[in-house]
Amino acid sequence: MGRLEPGIHSGRLSPAEYDKNFSELHPVFSDHEALVASDRCYFCYDAPCMTACPTSIDVPLFIRQISTGNAIGAAKTIFDQNIMGGMCARVCPTETLCEQACVRNTAEERPVEIGRLQRFATDKAMNAGKQFYTRLNSNGKSVGVVGAGPAGLAAAHRLAMHGFNVMVYDHREKAGGLNEYGIATYKATDEIAQKEVDYILSIGGIDVLDGEMLGRDFTLADLKSRHDAVFLGIGLGGVNALTVQGTHEYGVVDAVEFIANLRQADAKGDVPVGRRVVVIGGGMTAVDAAVQAKLLGAEEVTMCYRRGQEHMNASLYEQELAASKGVLIRHWLAPKAVLSHGGHVTGITMAYTHLENGLLKETGHTIDIACDQILTAIGQTLDIAGLDTIKVEKGKIVIDEEGKTSVAGVWAGGDCATGGEDLTVSAVAMGRDAAMSIIKSLA
Amino acid sequence: MADIRNNFVGIKSPNPFWLASAPPTDKAYNVERAYAAGWGGVVWKTLGEEGPPVVNVNGPRYGAIWGADRRLLGLNNIELITDRPLQINLQEMKAVKKKWRDRALIASIMVPCEEEAWKAILPLVEETEADGIELNFGCPHGMSERGMGAAVGQVPEYVEMVVRWCKQYTRMPVITKLTPNVTDVRRPARAAKNGGTDAVSLINTINSITGVDLDTCSPTPSIDGKGTHGGYCGPAVKPIALNMVAEIARDPETYGLPISGIGGVTTWRDAAEFLMLGAGNVQVCTAAMTYGFKIVQEMITGLEAWMDEKGYATLDDFRGKAVPNVTDWQYLNLNYIAKAHIDQDACIKCGRCHIACEDTSHQAITNMVNGVRHFEVIEEECVACNLCIDVCPVENCITMVEKQPGEIDKRTGKVVSADYANWTTHPNNPMAKVAAE
Ligand SMILES: Cc1cc2nc3c(=O)[nH]c(=O)nc-3n(C[C@H](O)[C@H](O)[C@H](O)COP(=O)(O)OP(=O)(O)OC[C@H]3O[C@@H](n4cnc5c(N)ncnc54)[C@H](O)[C@@H]3O)c2cc1C
Ligand SMILES: Cc1cc2nc3c(=O)[nH]c(=O)nc-3n(C[C@H](O)[C@H](O)[C@H](O)COP(=O)(O)O)c2cc1C
Ligand code: SF4
Ligand code: SF4
Ligand code: SF4
Repeated sequence: MGRLEPGIHSGRLSPAEYDKNFSELHPVFSDHEALVASDRCYFCYDAPCMTACPTSIDVPLFIRQISTGNAIGAAKTIFDQNIMGGMCARVCPTETLCEQACVRNTAEERPVEIGRLQRFATDKAMNAGKQFYTRLNSNGKSVGVVGAGPAGLAAAHRLAMHGFNVMVYDHREKAGGLNEYGIATYKATDEIAQKEVDYILSIGGIDVLDGEMLGRDFTLADLKSRHDAVFLGIGLGGVNALTVQGTHEYGVVDAVEFIANLRQADAKGDVPVGRRVVVIGGGMTAVDAAVQAKLLGAEEVTMCYRRGQEHMNASLYEQELAASKGVLIRHWLAPKAVLSHGGHVTGITMAYTHLENGLLKETGHTIDIACDQILTAIGQTLDIAGLDTIKVEKGKIVIDEEGKTSVAGVWAGGDCATGGEDLTVSAVAMGRDAAMSIIKSLA
Repeated sequence: MADIRNNFVGIKSPNPFWLASAPPTDKAYNVERAYAAGWGGVVWKTLGEEGPPVVNVNGPRYGAIWGADRRLLGLNNIELITDRPLQINLQEMKAVKKKWRDRALIASIMVPCEEEAWKAILPLVEETEADGIELNFGCPHGMSERGMGAAVGQVPEYVEMVVRWCKQYTRMPVITKLTPNVTDVRRPARAAKNGGTDAVSLINTINSITGVDLDTCSPTPSIDGKGTHGGYCGPAVKPIALNMVAEIARDPETYGLPISGIGGVTTWRDAAEFLMLGAGNVQVCTAAMTYGFKIVQEMITGLEAWMDEKGYATLDDFRGKAVPNVTDWQYLNLNYIAKAHIDQDACIKCGRCHIACEDTSHQAITNMVNGVRHFEVIEEECVACNLCIDVCPVENCITMVEKQPGEIDKRTGKVVSADYANWTTHPNNPMAKVAAE
């Protein structure tokens, strides 16, 4: 039965199929491939790719270093701007960032493969255990960082480099934030998230306290009294829940949680998935959940988005990836009611939608889609517990261009703060820049 | 359809593409494959005198430099003349010539600079019914240490002397192959002409070290930790070869002397350029060594297509057409004014033209206009140096536009003149022939 078993079950595929499905999406370049790819870079002046990178990596320089046989030097160029250059090389939607800006797109609609070249260089350095930075002697000052995700770790690394003693608090067991718990499995194979955490922490001067939750175990005021400065990189811990009838039925699952379980599972064959799955949402999380449900052996996966294709947050590249894995993406459908039998999901009623004077309206028509599992990916939210009086707007902690919040001595960055793009790379940039601001103000 | 048959000093071949004396022409096996692939002629790998043949190194004998995507741009070698016994070469040449009557077969020869040596080998070569001989005065490594090759080619008196012996002891046409490792190539060319040569061929390879192995501290190619200068050839040497061909073609003393053009010929276009500069045909080595014999098909078809397009019926219709346009700097028209122009539709906004002009030329290209990334030539500053065109990755995106007489040159504010005026009459020239007004 396996594959066709109705309901939500694990072990739908053979071990070999799981291995194949969750292997790396883009394997690392060989030396030869990297040379060929690097030769294509024009070494542009005021390079558009560099401007498009949220961390402003000097792309033409690192690519030229690769092409001249200096991949380790290239890695340093990358890490100087982005200490998570390795993860970013794997997870950045380059098609909407550097590679979209690459002038070779204009020339021949085929950009320089910046992401894969970045991966090539950073892998070389990390595999060689090459450390480029040493910590200055401790300056006796301490900074508390909440959240061991990309924002928090980028800030911690920069601060430690400059001699600060950094204490990182995270309520989860492993550091890395969504790199560890959120990024699609096939983008972050081979324990890369933990390897990167180790690489970053090896600079010294950073202590990570797990199981420590702001709002539960300590308050912002506690932190302020313990440290000279505080950085908040808590991401978006909450999720928007479906507000339709029937969401408590067995089979309605938050997509972020679904992905986190999958990421943490030692054997992917142990992760249960429906035979027919509906994913609600149109962003990156929805695509990742849909694709991975399919890779886990779901026979039918339908992604339903309440607006049109042009409004989707998932890039065209991500959408095509989903389609190529056999995910059906449907537009102009909003959830109406979960259908169930005996407490188990049997389907979902979706309302057709359209725009009326710019407003999203239901047309009055509905459709029932049969399924055993519903994954909801309709947005993550800021968990404001413990944030005290800090100014929050539209679900984000308000910061200025240096990362300062409304509370003196408290900085924030990453997904939890205003001005980012909800991407790993922008979280790194914000963490790094806030650290520089802290360094300046505590000098 | 264009007729590309070639008649070079009476030697006929179906096309002007000959293989130069080198590994591709080392033995019957290669030469027959070359003829089968379509090559019009072959200059057999240089023969030495009778007796134990020379020996080559048993380590690497080639070095190279590469461009993007590891495209071979320049090759260097430390190979000597043929290392096979003379008699075997002669037998093979005879057999091959018998079989391939319509193709040119030239014997390249290098023997010591003694009359007896040349007198001895020439009748043996004649026996093969080869169409002509080429005197290898060019090889810059190994053989030159033994007083042959470039060691002869660098001394005009020796060139003249050896050519004279050859003309005396054989009825075969004599082509004298010149070395570029001289300061003025016209001097050995004149000497060859004075000795009675039927033609010259050039260039042979250029003294070079292609690189240094940074681990072993040895020049490359490296033999047991040591290297020696070798002969450089391939696409990188074409500009040097073209200039030397042009120098001989326009020298009043050698004007009209048939030239076989060699050096970096890789495509039909390269060949056409050599012919326009006065060469009667071309010889090719590196391109064949890089891509195999089949490339001659690209050369043949490309040349024919271009000739058809231009309405040239035979090679003579365009041969030498560029020679009258090769002049000295002092005769260039200083009243000719051009400006670079960027085709905005073709521009991909890489900014290379801007930074090249900004950092190293005349600050004549914008990078930002009204806050938008935009590359445009500032005519007030542009001196038409051509650098931007040379560095732009998009072909024909930047062009040089000639200013018409009557227009204003925005850089100088002067009206463009229709008159020709060169340095010899320029007011800034202290030696000007006509006094400044
Ligand atoms: C499913 C999914 C897929 C994604 N795929 C991509 C992708 O392919 N490419 C890409 O660029 N981006 C992707 N993103 C977005 C990216 O993961 C985030 O933008 C990035 O991780 C944000 O970093 P951060 O440090 O701000 O927050 P997080 O990574 O969310 O890290 C926050 C950390 O803070 C901790 N924390 C939270 N609250 C508290 C508290 N109260 N007390 C103590 N600790 C706390 C958390 O445990 C976590 O470790 C994806 C996101 C999701 C959900
Ligand atoms: C490996 C090698 C060996 C050569 N041997 C000879 C030779 O024996 N006799 C000779 O006249 N020229 C020799 N040459 C020079 C070539 O005939 C030719 O003049 C030169 O390579 C320039 O042409 P190209 O740029 O097409 O290669 C040799 C060149 C190479 C690469
Ligand atoms: S835009 Fe493209 S070609 Fe230009 S520097 Fe960046 S990667 Fe290289
Ligand atoms: S031709 Fe020379 S001076 Fe003129 S714009 Fe180009 S680089 Fe500048
Ligand atoms: S070098 Fe060419 S393509 Fe690049 S900006 Fe200049 S004109 Fe445009």
